[in-house]
Formats: sequence, C-alpha cells, structure tokens
Amino acid sequence: MAAFVGLFRRDLRLAFRQGGDSGLVLGFFVLAVVLFPLGVGPEPAVLQRIGPGIVWVAALFAALLSLDRLFEADYQDGGLDLLELSSLPLELAVLAKCAAHWVATGLPLALISPLLAFLLGLDRAAILILCASLLLGTPALSLIGSVAAALVLGARRQGVVLSILVLPLDIPPLVFGAGAVEASVAGMGARAYLLILAALSLAALALCPWASAAALRQALE
Amino acid sequence: MINWVANPARFTRLSARAMPWCGWGAAAVTAAGLYWSLVLAPPDYQQGDTVRIMFIHVPAAWMALTVYLFLAVASAVALVWRHPLAEIAARAAAPIGAAFTLICLATGSLWGRPMWGAWWVWDARLTSVLVLFFLYLGYITLVNAFDDPARGGKTGSLLALVGVVNLPIIKFSVDWWNTLHQPASVMRIGGPRIDIAMLVPLVIMAVGFLLLFLTLLMLRMRTILNERKAMALRLNAEAPGPRSVQERAMVVHPGAG
Repeated sequence: MAAFVGLFRRDLRLAFRQGGDSGLVLGFFVLAVVLFPLGVGPEPAVLQRIGPGIVWVAALFAALLSLDRLFEADYQDGGLDLLELSSLPLELAVLAKCAAHWVATGLPLALISPLLAFLLGLDRAAILILCASLLLGTPALSLIGSVAAALVLGARRQGVVLSILVLPLDIPPLVFGAGAVEASVAGMGARAYLLILAALSLAALALCPWASAAALRQALE
Repeated sequence: MINWVANPARFTRLSARAMPWCGWGAAAVTAAGLYWSLVLAPPDYQQGDTVRIMFIHVPAAWMALTVYLFLAVASAVALVWRHPLAEIAARAAAPIGAAFTLICLATGSLWGRPMWGAWWVWDARLTSVLVLFFLYLGYITLVNAFDDPARGGKTGSLLALVGVVNLPIIKFSVDWWNTLHQPASVMRIGGPRIDIAMLVPLVIMAVGFLLLFLTLLMLRMRTILNERKAMALRLNAEAPGPRSVQERAMVVHPGAG
C-alpha cells in the first residue's frame, strides 16, 4: 500500500511540476473549447445546442494529449523495469499511475468545465449535469487510455497510433457523456446516462489495469 | 490438434491442397447464390427489389463479426501457446475482416438511402460496426508499427482481445437501444422469421463468403510465410556472423525470443 501511495504521489508531483502535463492539458482544453464560438459564430442557440458535445470532444482530445507521457518517460529511463521488479503488482502500479493521471488531467477538466459551459451559454441545470458527467466519465478515459499507451510503447509514430487506438474505444463515454446533458436539456432526465457512465468507469476500473499490465510486460520483455 | 497444424511446413503443404477446393468452391457457391438471390428470389412485399441488397449486406456483416472472433481466438492462442502460425493467421485475417466490414457499411448505406431516406444515421448498430472497422484499422496499424515483427504480433494480439468487448455490443445493439436498424430475424430464439425463399439464398451467400474468407486467409498466410522466408534468406546472405543467427531464428519463428 505504501508503494501504491508513493507511486501515486510521485506521478502527481511530476504532473504538477513546471513543464508538467496538468497545466498544458488544461490550457489545451480551454483553448479548444474557446475556438468553437469563433469558428461556428457566437449565436447562443447554436452554442447551447452543440456545447455539451464540444466540451466532451475537447476533453477527449485533452486526455489523449497527455497519454503518451503516462508510461513513455518511465519506459525510456528504465523506471518501468524497476516497477516490474518491485513488490507492487504491475496491475496496481498501473492503477496508481491512472489515478494520478486522472487527478492531474480529468479532475481539473471536470472542475473547469462549468466555466466553459457558462461561456457557451448553457443553463445552470445543464452545467451541473455536464460537470457530473465529466467527473463520472473521465476516469474511464484515463483507464482506457492506459491500455493504448501501454500497447504503443516502443512503436514507430506513437502519437498517431495511440490516437487511432484510443478514439474508437472512447466512443461509449463520449456518447453517454454528451447524451446526459442533451437528455436533461430535453427534459428526459440524465439519470440513466449518468448511471451508464459510472458503470463504464467501473468496468474500465476492473478490466483495464489487467490489459495495461499485460501490455507493459510485453514491452519490457 | 493445434500443435499438429501449427507446423508451418505442414500448413504450407495442407493449404496448397485445400486452396483450390476452397477457391473454386467459393466461386461456384457465390455465383449460384448471386443468381438465386438476384433472379430467383421473390421481391419483398414492402421493399421491392431493394431487398436484394440484403443478400450481400447480411453475409458481409456476419463475416465482419466472424472474422473478428477468429482474429481474437487466434490472438489468444498466439498469446497463450506462442504458436507462430496463430499470430500469422491473426495478422492475415485482419485486412480481410476490415474489407468485409467496409462492404457491410457500404451496402448498408446504399440500402439505407431508399429505405430510411438517409445514407447514414447515428444509431447504435451502425456506430458500433463503424467502431469495429476502426478496431480492425487500429490492429493493422499497431501490428505494423514495430520494427520487430514478433513484438508487433504480440501487441496486436492484446489489442484484438481488448476489442472483443465490442462484439456483444454490436450483436445486441438492436435489442438494447431503439434503432432504425431492424432487430435480428435469422438467428433468434424461436427460429428464423424470414421466408424460406429468401433464407435459402441468404445461407448460400453466407457459405460462399465463408469459403472466400478461408481462401484469402490461406493465400495471405502463405504469402506472409514466404515473405519471412525471403527475409531470412536475405539476412543470411547479407550478414553472416554469430550475432545474426538468433535474428534469423526470430524472423522465421517469431515469438521464439
């Protein structure tokens, strides 16, 4: 357990240090969302309609942006070999790294999303649902992403391959995340969507560490 | 059984004998099925002659799923028992499966235009099949992204197993969500709900597609084996020396390292 917490805190500290991922990802997220009103025009009706989708797609890309650093740095400098040799099972090490990745990227994205939703003209109920959907859905993004990030270690053109692998697998959280806000705007209630999002995250929590750890073992062979 | 077939030399001999049968069988069965489905089968009472797209669309969709299942099983065998031939089979099957998925999507689009009034709708069945297509592309990309072919094969196998999650989603998408796409009418509890005059050509076409898949699979596997042999010979000629012996073994028998 001490090793788990230690790894978690180390990754978190690295992410928040200067030049770390957290600030960059957040900046990218805000910029990407702000570009849309400039691109499609400032009409409130249009922005309210597509706002949830924009925020979710931007969150997807922002999470993708930081994934290549999840294992890559440790893979390059040999830290990953030490992790495999340590008493902490590799599955738990993956879980610690995913948790740190989520706290450094997913959580800030969800926390700043109300501000962006406000800029896009969503009403208060929709803003709350959007924030809740991001809080529930972004863990799945980190966990699914960890599988892909582990698979591409040592590959050529990692960034491109990574996005080809991650984006199709991320479609379910995207569909139900943006769907939750739309359902609540349409007056149908977002409960079912939020429950499915939570289920997706829990399923990813149960399954992804195994797959990631298997992929890491292959990369380290 | 697996051990017996897994010998590449034996596979080459067997497939040389089986390929003409499969190939000509596929041609004959598909030709018969096409004649039956395009000429003999009756037009639908609602859809008219448009329904004939089904005889391509549905077998292609079945094959898209079947080939992915084959890919996943071959990947599991490659990971667990490290059979070189299983990894080659998975690698060879992926582009064929992607092609079937593309045929399924294209014919579905052609069918959707007159029936639903749209080339494409974002419902669960269509979206999940599109995801299947991307999974195939992801597998092909990942397998070819490594300098070491053995590493690419193993990593691709893991991805193929992760992607299996999508198969039940595709199969049951029409039951779980309200979709434009019609629910299952052939493989359902209580027997097929499709007239025998249409079911027969449909099954014939499915058999034809299956034979076509087997033919292409053997052809591609033989090509990959020959490629590896050629590469080994080239390495042999170019760089003789103690270090390259292991490399040569790796090329001929990936997974041996």
